[in-house]
Amino acid sequence: MPLVLNKRNFSWITERISGVVEQPAPRWWWVCFTITGCIAMFGLFCLGYQISTGVGTWGLNHPVGWAWDITNFVFWIGIGHAGTLISAILYLLRQKWRTSINRSAEAMTLFAVMCAAIFPGIHVGRVWMAWYLAPIPNNYGIWQNFRSPLMWDVFAVSTYFTVSVLFWYTGLIPDLATLRDRATTKIKKFIFGVFACGWRGSNRNWRHYEMAYLLLAGLSTPLVLSVHSVVSFDFATSILPTWHTTIFPPYFVAGAIFGGFAMVLTLLIPARAIFKLHDIITPQHIDKMAKIILLTGSFVTYAYAMEFFVAWYSGNAYEKFAFYNRVLGPYWWDWWVGMLFCNMLAPQLFWFRWCRRNILVVYFVCMCVNAGMWFERFIIIVGGLHRDFLPSSWGLFIPTWVDIWTFIGTLGIFTSLFLLFIRFLPMIAMSEVKIVLPEADVHAHSPNGHHPVQVGGMERT
Amino acid sequence: MRTPYGHEVYAIGAEYSSPAALYEAAKMVRDAGFKRWDVHSPFPIHGMDDAMGLGKSWLSAVVLTGGISGFLTAMLVEFGPSWGLYRLIVHGKPYDWKTVPAFFPIMFEMTVLFSAFAAFFAVLIMNGLPRPHHPIFNWDRFARASNDGFFLVIEARDPRFTEVEARELLERSGGQHITIVHED
Repeated sequence: MPLVLNKRNFSWITERISGVVEQPAPRWWWVCFTITGCIAMFGLFCLGYQISTGVGTWGLNHPVGWAWDITNFVFWIGIGHAGTLISAILYLLRQKWRTSINRSAEAMTLFAVMCAAIFPGIHVGRVWMAWYLAPIPNNYGIWQNFRSPLMWDVFAVSTYFTVSVLFWYTGLIPDLATLRDRATTKIKKFIFGVFACGWRGSNRNWRHYEMAYLLLAGLSTPLVLSVHSVVSFDFATSILPTWHTTIFPPYFVAGAIFGGFAMVLTLLIPARAIFKLHDIITPQHIDKMAKIILLTGSFVTYAYAMEFFVAWYSGNAYEKFAFYNRVLGPYWWDWWVGMLFCNMLAPQLFWFRWCRRNILVVYFVCMCVNAGMWFERFIIIVGGLHRDFLPSSWGLFIPTWVDIWTFIGTLGIFTSLFLLFIRFLPMIAMSEVKIVLPEADVHAHSPNGHHPVQVGGMERT
Repeated sequence: MRTPYGHEVYAIGAEYSSPAALYEAAKMVRDAGFKRWDVHSPFPIHGMDDAMGLGKSWLSAVVLTGGISGFLTAMLVEFGPSWGLYRLIVHGKPYDWKTVPAFFPIMFEMTVLFSAFAAFFAVLIMNGLPRPHHPIFNWDRFARASNDGFFLVIEARDPRFTEVEARELLERSGGQHITIVHED
C-alpha cells in the first residue's frame, strides 16, 4: 500500500506543504491562537505570581510534598517521548511511514519538554538559584551530589532537549532550503537562507548528512529510553511503598510512548483535516499509530497488574496496604477512571480494524489516554505520599487555583507553540516524504507504472 | 576559463527528468573519469554514492571522538568534585568502587550530548556550510533542485574539463537544459 495516496508527485508535495507556510493564516488559525495564547498568558501570569510570592501558593503540604508540579513534569516529559520514538527508533527500524509525521512529532517533543522544564524549575523554590544545578565552580566551593537521581534528571532532561533540537534542526535544513528557493520577498529569502545554511542538495553533502542523521537517530534511541528511566529513578530509588520498585524504568518508558502517541494523534488529526493533508497522512498512518498505542498500552496494563502481584507476593504489609488504598482509598476514582478505564480498557478498542480506521473512535481513545496518563502520574505521586508511615500524618492533596491554572497554562503554551510551528515551518518533512514515492527509486520502471489509487484516498485538492 | 563575454565559468550543468535518469548519468560521468562534479536532488537518492564512486562518510569518526570526549569530560566533572574538591556524604553512602554505578547516568548523558554536538557541527563543517552564496545559484533553473529537479554539474576546475567534451557527455547521458553556469 503506498504511503502517499493518489499518485502525488514531488512538486505536489512541495506545493502542498510549503503552501501551509506561504499562504496567509486561515481564520481558524487566528481563532485557535487567540484562545491558546490567552490561556498561555494566564499561565505565564501564574508563573510570575508563584515566583514572586513563593511556592507556598501551591497546595503542597505534609505529607504530600510532590503533587501536581511533578505530575505535570512527568506528564509533559512523557509526551515528548513519542516524537523521539517516531524520529529515531522508527528510523532505525526502517519504518518508512514515519516520514509524514516525524517533523511535527519532533516539534511536539521540544514544546512538551519546554513545558516540563517549567515545573522542576519553579519547584526549586528560588528560581534565580537554579544555576546551582549546573556543575559550575562557584565562590562557595559547593559542588553537586552527582549520585542523586535528581541530578541525573537535570542532565538527562537538558541533554534530551539539546539533542532533540539538534536532530530537529538537522532534519529541517533541506526543507528550509526549499522555502528559501520559493521565497517571494527578499526578507523571507534572507531569513530562510540564513537558517538553511546555503544547502544545495548536493549528493556530496547528502552523503555526510545521511550519516549524521543516522548517528543522531542512533544516539537519540538510547537517550530517549534513558530519560524516562532516569525520571522513574526519582521515585524508584526512594523507600516509599509503590515507588520503590524495579519495574519502574520500563513501565515509565512504555507509558511515555503510550501517552505521547496519543498526543501526536490529538494534534495531527485536526491539522490533517484543516490543511487537507489526507494524501500524506493516510488512514494507514493512523492505523499504525493506533497499533503502537495498543502495544504500549498493553505494556502499561501488564505493569499495573505486576505491581499488584508483587505487592501481594512481597508479603510486605505497607506495600499491600498501599495498593489496597490505591483501589479503594480516597483516590479510588483516579484509579478506576484514569488507570483502569482510560489506560487499560479504552485502548483495547484498537484490536478492531474498524476502530483504528474510524477517526472519531481514534480521537476518543487518544483523549482517554491523554487524561489517563496524567491520572496515572498523579496516582503514583500523590497516591504514594498521602498515606504516610505514621497514620497521624495522613492527609490529602487539595490543589489551589495556582496549581490548576499553571497546568492549564502549560497546555496553552504547548498548543500556542505548536500553532506557531505549523504557521512558520514546514510541518511535514518534504525531503523525507519524497523518498517514499515510487519514482524516487532509481530502479523504478516508470514514474506512473505500479501505483494504483487506493481505497480511502479520495481526491482532495 | 571564460566565456566570450568575459564571465568566469564555474561549471556546466544539466537537468534530468527523474532520479533514475540522474543515477544512470552519474555512472557515465564517474566512468568518464571526472573528479570535480556533483549531483543535486531534493532528497538523498539511494545508491547515488556508489554511482558517483563515493565511499563511506567518515563523519562517524568525528562523532566517536565527540562521544569519547564527552565520556571523559563527565568523568572529570563527576569524580573531580566527588573525590577531591567537595566530598559530599549523603545517606552515609561510601565512596568506593561499589558506588561507581551511581555515576553512570551522567556519564551516559554527557557521552550522548557531546556526540550529538559533534554530529551536528561535523555535518556543517564537512559540507562547507553555512555558505550563504554559491555560483550554482546563478543558474535560474537550479531553484528546482529543492523541489523536483535533478541536476548534474561538472565544474570547470576539473582537470579533465573541456566544454565540448563535458557538453557531449551530458547530452549523451540524456541531460536537458544544458547550461554554462557563471562564477559571478
